[in-house]
Amino acid sequence: MEILVPALLTIITAATPLLFAALGELITEKSGVLNLGVEGMMVMGAIIGFVAVHYSGSAFIAVIASMLAGGVMAAIFALLVLRFHASQVPTGLALTIFGIGLSALIGQSMIGIAYEGIPHVSIPFLSSIPVLGALLFSHDLLVYFSLVMVFAVYYFLNKTRGGLILRAIGDSHDAAHAMGYSVIRVRLLATLFGGAMAGLGGAYLSLAYSPLWVEQMTAGRGWIALALVVFATWRTGRVLLGAYLFGGITILQLHAQALGIGVPAQVMSMLPYLATVLVLVLISRDLGKIKLNAPASLGKAFHASS
Amino acid sequence: MLIKKTLTMLAAMALAVNGGAAAELKVGFVYVGPIGDHGWSYQHDQGRLAVEKELGVETSYVESVAEGADAERVIRQLASSGHDLIFTTSFGYMNPTNKVAKRFKKVKFEHATGYKRAKNVSTYSSRFYEGRAIIGAIAGRMTKSNVVGYIASFPIPEVIRGIDAFTLALRKENPDAIVKVVWVNSWFDPGKESDAAKALIDQGADIITQHTDSPAPLQVAEKRGVYAFGQASDMKAFAPKAQLTSIIDDWSPYYIERVKAVMDGSWESKDTWGGLDTGMVKMAPYGDAVPEDVRKLADSIEKSIVDGSFHPFQGPIKNQKGELVVKEGEILSDEVLVGLDWYVEGVEGSIPK
Repeated sequence: MEILVPALLTIITAATPLLFAALGELITEKSGVLNLGVEGMMVMGAIIGFVAVHYSGSAFIAVIASMLAGGVMAAIFALLVLRFHASQVPTGLALTIFGIGLSALIGQSMIGIAYEGIPHVSIPFLSSIPVLGALLFSHDLLVYFSLVMVFAVYYFLNKTRGGLILRAIGDSHDAAHAMGYSVIRVRLLATLFGGAMAGLGGAYLSLAYSPLWVEQMTAGRGWIALALVVFATWRTGRVLLGAYLFGGITILQLHAQALGIGVPAQVMSMLPYLATVLVLVLISRDLGKIKLNAPASLGKAFHASS
Repeated sequence: MLIKKTLTMLAAMALAVNGGAAAELKVGFVYVGPIGDHGWSYQHDQGRLAVEKELGVETSYVESVAEGADAERVIRQLASSGHDLIFTTSFGYMNPTNKVAKRFKKVKFEHATGYKRAKNVSTYSSRFYEGRAIIGAIAGRMTKSNVVGYIASFPIPEVIRGIDAFTLALRKENPDAIVKVVWVNSWFDPGKESDAAKALIDQGADIITQHTDSPAPLQVAEKRGVYAFGQASDMKAFAPKAQLTSIIDDWSPYYIERVKAVMDGSWESKDTWGGLDTGMVKMAPYGDAVPEDVRKLADSIEKSIVDGSFHPFQGPIKNQKGELVVKEGEILSDEVLVGLDWYVEGVEGSIPK
């Protein structure tokens, strides 16, 4: 128990940035847009968030700034693919390269600067409950916010008219267009939301996880977030499950090593990826189930014909 | 991940192409991490800047080059774009460097931390383990839980040498102390490095040391109220209370010397392994938490390593099974140290194979 609680706490920290980015990408993909630039949007969120907190001293402003940064990156993407019909896959990849380069440029003067990290909030009374108190009620605000967002995304997608329209556009943009919905506008909003969430995920890294700026500090987490959406077969609850599973395996392998359990570290580092491949194989055996949730128009360009 | 690697490579190639027009002497550098890592690659780039400032030659660099096939392409690109001397600054560049060197006989190569040489390939490294012996002794005096956490990157001799030197010095001061090692399989992933630090602290470590490149573990140590040692550069800004000292790499003197050698035609292939005595390894100022007697001890170890009266791998040394491997009075030779692949007594766990 002594080790279990801190281990679980670390898992929550490890899962939160993935959760933010994957929730954003889920909405983007549900609208039929495949944005592979998550890594680039995350790393931009990380640097802008760090710059903002350095100059303003306010974690709140930093979080807003990072969401704006991710949003601006997503807007560039949206302009290219929605307005100019650029192919989504290469545009997304380019966005990642662009984000990594631009963040390095902006971050030059931020190297070597320390920040103490955003404050943790202990909920009175509840946080003093043994075990559960530490686990559930003494995180930084962003952790709670990520869980609120899981619920919000689920509710929006499944229980609201807006969610229905979004899913309809993701499944058949032509049919949705014929019914009079603005495909481009909805996709733009979904893409912007994805960008803001990715930026927030990046900011979680540079403000809370390891509060500092170093180049490419996202270290591939954007790609994991992308994999998570597929892993989750585009379902909100499974995104949450997947993020915590990914975080869990990463952390547990570190603990196993420190305990001297003789599992090769390389195998353990591989596990999250193996798990994704395994799930992909399993779900592709049941095509009906994928079709139920996967947006049918994912990645296809929409040309409004009069 | 393949996509990401390819992208990094593409970006790297783009950078390499922008190396610039022909000049008198062109020196190229290949880095494994971003120059903004504030660790390993950052220190190499400081060396590059020192060369530019001191000798006024043209330099170019390619950062974040993955070890392996990508590296070969980048090195070849540098060699074919008129660079006269190329420094490849990571262990994993060993085979690519030698492969490219065979094709470009006129270009001179310098490979860091490797052991394969050719007529136009030199190797160089610094004896970081000398620094590890100093921080090991400090840790031995300062640990209260007798558990020290070691965050390691990849199981190569360079890293294992550090773990062993650290452990030997630690247990010389404190025979009850043990070292727990966590391998993160990365030189540079601040998130993962901080996770590893947290895992080690959760399992009782009250001092953290690392052979990875970001200051993230020091931040965790600072937050959790334990001590830590910096890596490659002075990381005090990230952990004003926690950093006890830091082992600093200083490549500038070596880089300037080698570029000069090319300029006056005296360059030839050789192996350089410099330590505290040559200034390639330096110690950062002690943190406030280090008491006076420990400072004196650390200073005396540093002095005895420099004047040769003490060697970090001086017997008696026992392996993990408790068997005596190096007898009293004997010293592990450089040939053995270069390929070191076993733990000394006091390290927990086994080396990933």
